[in-house]
Amino acid sequence: MNSDDFLLTLKSVSKRLREFRLVDVNLDVRRGEYFVVMGPTGAGKTLLLQIIAGIHYPDSGKVILDDVDVTYLSPERRSIGYVPQNYALFPHMSVRENIAYGLRVRKYSKADVDVIVKELSRELGVSHLLDRRVSTLSGGEQQRVALARALAIEPKLLLLDEPLAALDAETREEVRDYLKKIRRSIAFTAIHVTHDFVEAAALGDRMAVMINGEIVQVGEPSDVMNKPRNEAVASFTGFKNIFRGAVRGNVGGLAEIDVGGIRIYAVTNRVGEVTVAVRPESIIIALEPVKMSARNILKGVIQEVSEIPPFVSVIVDVGVPMAVYLTRSAFEDLGLELGKIVYLAFKASDVMVF
Amino acid sequence: MRGVDGLLLMFSAAGSLVILALLMPVVLAPLMTKPSDLATTLMDPEVLGALSVTFSAATAATIFALILGVPLAYVMARMNFAFKGLLESILSIPLAIPHSVAGILVLLAYHSRTPIGSILGNLGIVIEDAVWGIILAMFFVSAPILISSARAGFSMIDENLEHVARSLGASHLKTFLTISLPLSFRAIASGAMLTWTRAVSEVGALLIVAPYPRSIAILVIQRFESFGLSAAIPITVILLGISLLVVFIMNRVLRGGSYP
Repeated sequence: MNSDDFLLTLKSVSKRLREFRLVDVNLDVRRGEYFVVMGPTGAGKTLLLQIIAGIHYPDSGKVILDDVDVTYLSPERRSIGYVPQNYALFPHMSVRENIAYGLRVRKYSKADVDVIVKELSRELGVSHLLDRRVSTLSGGEQQRVALARALAIEPKLLLLDEPLAALDAETREEVRDYLKKIRRSIAFTAIHVTHDFVEAAALGDRMAVMINGEIVQVGEPSDVMNKPRNEAVASFTGFKNIFRGAVRGNVGGLAEIDVGGIRIYAVTNRVGEVTVAVRPESIIIALEPVKMSARNILKGVIQEVSEIPPFVSVIVDVGVPMAVYLTRSAFEDLGLELGKIVYLAFKASDVMVF
Repeated sequence: MRGVDGLLLMFSAAGSLVILALLMPVVLAPLMTKPSDLATTLMDPEVLGALSVTFSAATAATIFALILGVPLAYVMARMNFAFKGLLESILSIPLAIPHSVAGILVLLAYHSRTPIGSILGNLGIVIEDAVWGIILAMFFVSAPILISSARAGFSMIDENLEHVARSLGASHLKTFLTISLPLSFRAIASGAMLTWTRAVSEVGALLIVAPYPRSIAILVIQRFESFGLSAAIPITVILLGISLLVVFIMNRVLRGGSYP
């Protein structure tokens, strides 16, 4: 792929700012791509966006936007739309004035501003809010207005900082679908920062995992989820069952791993001390061991039951505590309860070994 | 719940004493003034002259404080630099020292035989016994109030608002004018009014730097010293009325809801 396909390139960007840091960040974002940067709180994700936006300059490294070195270009000359986590709507202006702000400072004629604002608010479903004061908007509405304001200037790139974090669970889902929908109607390139894997998986064409200011892994969300590069990524992307163990033997790529006294089979060529991870949703729970084709079958006692909508999470002590997710109806059909003896089954190929 | 009520009752009783102590003189002074005296005083050219000198000088001092102090307040709110703590201390000096001392300091630094004073003199600005001296002394003792108020206003603004404005294409200056300044308007306005009232009430520094032309507070002292308490009362009442008006306007301006 030649450089023309990249809208944004970060070359060895490093920066220290108060307690945050970025270390040698290299990143390519393709034209038209929805790129998600995922990492825990404090990983430096906001700082990354602010460097791309020009709010801070890196200590070293380069920011290339549309083949132009913009590393030290002031933010107003970059044409990058920035939506901070708290949306930062201008409180002394109406919704209409907020959306029009970028057009007004660009000296668009009043007629043009009106047309664009009208068109865009219809597209984003905020037409009915135009004359409201921003303090009267709900979280989801603020989100849409902030998005409209950023998109009004037709930015080369849109930066979204935890756009869903401030919303309640229900609205979050709604806005997630909404983001998907407007992406289909308005083409734009976006970098979306989040700590939530579901967002990354649902929205991202590609994603990067950022931990302690470093980009640890870049790829399509399914790749990152199923092939986390290391333990930090795995623990972050939602692998709940992570255990330390030791490879005891290997027959044709099928390794036998000792994890706290139990045997787990995995497809790997690794030897010695390893870390094993199994996604809770990859595990099947049953009342008897018969007729299960899975390589790993473990007997255990239900130790804990908790709700993680839409799932029920069951912790089964099989020698080590192992989390299993199943649907509410499956949980009830099986008549599961604390202290019950059950069998867990999962395929050797579903076991990640690092 | 009863315990809380008891406590609040006790505190209210103590509070009433404070209010009474404050209110007593404010109520007594107008009661002890004959309306005819008030009218005479209001037509006394000396009083009118002093009022005019005081208000115009205080207004000028406030305008200078706005023009010079607001940008400084913005820098202090947004930038971290070496010796910022020292600068903060320097800015609070005028508020911490007796005003007669402030007057001595101003006179010492800017009288016409000092280097700065002679430059100012060439520009036609003389401070000893001149309106410029009154303005400068007022500025010295009151500008820090505006600066700290404006600074607090700027500090309260979510910096993301400025970041977003700039990402939308506004220059830093445009961002300041369309976002930062309107959002801190109340802080700056209240600071300006406090600065103005502080300037009007200044006596100590003026006695040292420029007792002439007479400002109103100095006239009160002179009337009191020359003719006794009764001669000072009408001017006192007039000043009191003006002050009440300003405080009232200030509270009206500041009462409007603030931005979340």
